Amino acid sequence: MEKLRRTMMFVPGNNPGMVRDAGIYDADAIMFDLEDAVSLGEKDAARLLVYQALKQVDYGNTEMVVRVNALDSAYGRNDIFAMVKAGVDVIRLPKTESAQDVIDVEAVIVEAEEKFGVPVGTTKMMAAIEGAAGTLNALAIAQSSQRLIGIALGAEDYVTNMKTRRYPDGQELFFARSMILHAARATGIAAFDTVYSDVENEAGFRAEVELIHQLGFDGKSIINPRQIKIVNDVYAPSQKEISHAIDVLAAIREAEEKGSGVISLNGKMIDKPIVERAERVMLLAEAAGLIGKELK
Amino acid sequence: MQNKVGREIPDAYLNDYALYESTKIGNPTIQKVAPKISVVKPGDEKLVASIEEAIDLAGLKDGMTISFHHHFREGDYVLNMVMDVIAKKGIKNLSIAPSSLADVHSEIVKHIESGVVTKVTTSGLRGKLGEAISNGLMDEPVILRSHGGRARAVETGEIQIDVAFLGVPSSDAYGNANGYKGESVCGSLGYAKIDAKHADKVILLTDNLVGYPNTPISISQTDVDYVVEVEAIGNPEGIGKGATRFTTNPKELRIAETVNQVITASPYFKDGFSFQTGTGGAALAVTRFLREEMLAKEIKASFALGGITKPMVDLLEEGLVEKILDVQDFDKGAALGMAKYEQQVEIDASCYASPYNKGAVVNQLDVVILSALEVDTKFNVNVMTGSDGVLRGAIGGHQDASNAKLTIISAPLVRGRIPTIVQDVTTVITPGDSIDVVVTEIGIAINPQRQDLIDCFTQAGLPVYTIEALQKEAEKIVGKASPIQFTDRVVALVEYRDGTLLDTICQVKD
Repeated sequence: MEKLRRTMMFVPGNNPGMVRDAGIYDADAIMFDLEDAVSLGEKDAARLLVYQALKQVDYGNTEMVVRVNALDSAYGRNDIFAMVKAGVDVIRLPKTESAQDVIDVEAVIVEAEEKFGVPVGTTKMMAAIEGAAGTLNALAIAQSSQRLIGIALGAEDYVTNMKTRRYPDGQELFFARSMILHAARATGIAAFDTVYSDVENEAGFRAEVELIHQLGFDGKSIINPRQIKIVNDVYAPSQKEISHAIDVLAAIREAEEKGSGVISLNGKMIDKPIVERAERVMLLAEAAGLIGKELK
Repeated sequence: MQNKVGREIPDAYLNDYALYESTKIGNPTIQKVAPKISVVKPGDEKLVASIEEAIDLAGLKDGMTISFHHHFREGDYVLNMVMDVIAKKGIKNLSIAPSSLADVHSEIVKHIESGVVTKVTTSGLRGKLGEAISNGLMDEPVILRSHGGRARAVETGEIQIDVAFLGVPSSDAYGNANGYKGESVCGSLGYAKIDAKHADKVILLTDNLVGYPNTPISISQTDVDYVVEVEAIGNPEGIGKGATRFTTNPKELRIAETVNQVITASPYFKDGFSFQTGTGGAALAVTRFLREEMLAKEIKASFALGGITKPMVDLLEEGLVEKILDVQDFDKGAALGMAKYEQQVEIDASCYASPYNKGAVVNQLDVVILSALEVDTKFNVNVMTGSDGVLRGAIGGHQDASNAKLTIISAPLVRGRIPTIVQDVTTVITPGDSIDVVVTEIGIAINPQRQDLIDCFTQAGLPVYTIEALQKEAEKIVGKASPIQFTDRVVALVEYRDGTLLDTICQVKD
């Protein structure tokens, strides 16, 4: 079953109140940040805090992600060991430039899993692409490990690297977004869009979410719980899409019962992509509370 | 002896007090009292030159009871101003019976220390005053009453006011006053009206003396002895201090959203329903969410009650609320609404909430949202003492409004490292019998006495927990605190709204 990842909420790993409350907003995924959000003096304290939170706090079914420090820093290795021990779902790499970056982190994860008796392969990974090199290597990065659940765009570093800045229409990100999406789709993993930092500008945020939804991203990185509802609204299917999906799935079931090979609905042939789309519509509709579980 | 909420009441109080029995107050027959009147004959003047002259003319003496209202909340100048004059005159041993006290009234500490004030009854105690009293400042315990309970006590003569000092935003020289004309508006004079009706002597203080007759008449010339013009009675901006901003705190918004879901999923959310929200960022957020649901479902409220805020007045203007019954205004916008809308109707504290009249408005209330410092697993609520045992809150209308058909407590599971949902509250202010639903950021708990609501909200897909599960969840996050250390000395008595003794508050150990 496909997992919904409409929202990945960034939470500074050094803020006890925010770490404690992160689970109450119904984000699909929560990412505790041990990297950019945490100053050098607080690296160890933040690691301990996030470790304890993952062990103690009930975050329900939310996918738990931790962004660790780079392996070549003094903290990266300790971060990975602590998070694997705490049973995190996903380790997020900081700035990823090449497949080798992923392979290096994976090696440390394997070491940690073996040390703490966690079945090797349990801990998933995701990579953030934040520059020109990473963008051009997107496919190789996406193919580099079976553990990868997705790749994400980190736009702030990217636009600096590209000698530009962020614009409201997002033209400057079009190539990177497209590269990341294609790499993700070609390898069957998820694609996450970057954060939108102006929390007060709800209209601007909504416009950006509509754009990345249209492009095909699985979801968006968010920095404030107030952004969750907007993303979910944009990703919620329309009534028309839902009725169509219900009809498609009913036609499939009927065809299966009859043992019929060719399936059609209202004279149109239903093939695999239409079924897949219908299943995703139903998943999104259920998550948005538009249908009950029994319809799915 | 233990009362019916399991609180141990020291024998010393058993002679003066009946113990709390039940939130169901029955149909007792009671006797109201009337004040002594000094007749004002034709040709008499009421306007006097100074507060001191008014005090002399009113005959204020050692041992008497004086009262004030708290419509200006943190912006009040009157109480401190009058108390300073009284202290200078050397009057001692007074009982003060304000409708409530705020941080701004910390100056009372010095009047207690010097023996000017020896007894206090109030709804709220905060800041330095609350701290000092919790540390044993007074020989006599403070009596804490709800707004409805105070109105009852005034009307039955338990509080016998000798002189009421009432700040009014406008008055004529013959004592006709209201709260919404002039520079310093406070809106409704709901608490002051009770004192004007029942005090033997009534002195109005105003910074806006207008020509006779001043209308509309909230406080009438027939009840007023003297009028004093002063430079300023209060700062209207202080009324809504900290209460009027729409919250952007995501946790408060989350709670407000769930409160809204509870209301709209309940059987009471239908055309013609009534509600009260109270103050604070989260309450304002509820009002906003509720507005969206009312528009979407084409539901209008017959009345809103309370403690009124500007967003409620906006609902009135929009036609989503037909009437506002207004005992007090929580911000300047709401206060100005009194002048603008005839559907925003002033009511006095007895009409609002007294348990002992021929039916208060709270009896008609469908939905109320209230806050809490602590809620325990018996659904008892504390809004008076902090986690350190110190007096830092106000009963307000909590006990009164909780008689609504659906009483919702909105509170975070924990505040910082302090749990809100606990096994036993430090002080019982509102008995759990009158609480229906507790809403926290992780989910809601429903009083087991309300199986109908348990069914309703479970079916609606709301995150329903038991109160015990919420308490355990809070404990899991912040751990178990060591109990607060109190001495045996009682510093405050908590009355239930019917005047029975609900709880006692003791001096804190250093």
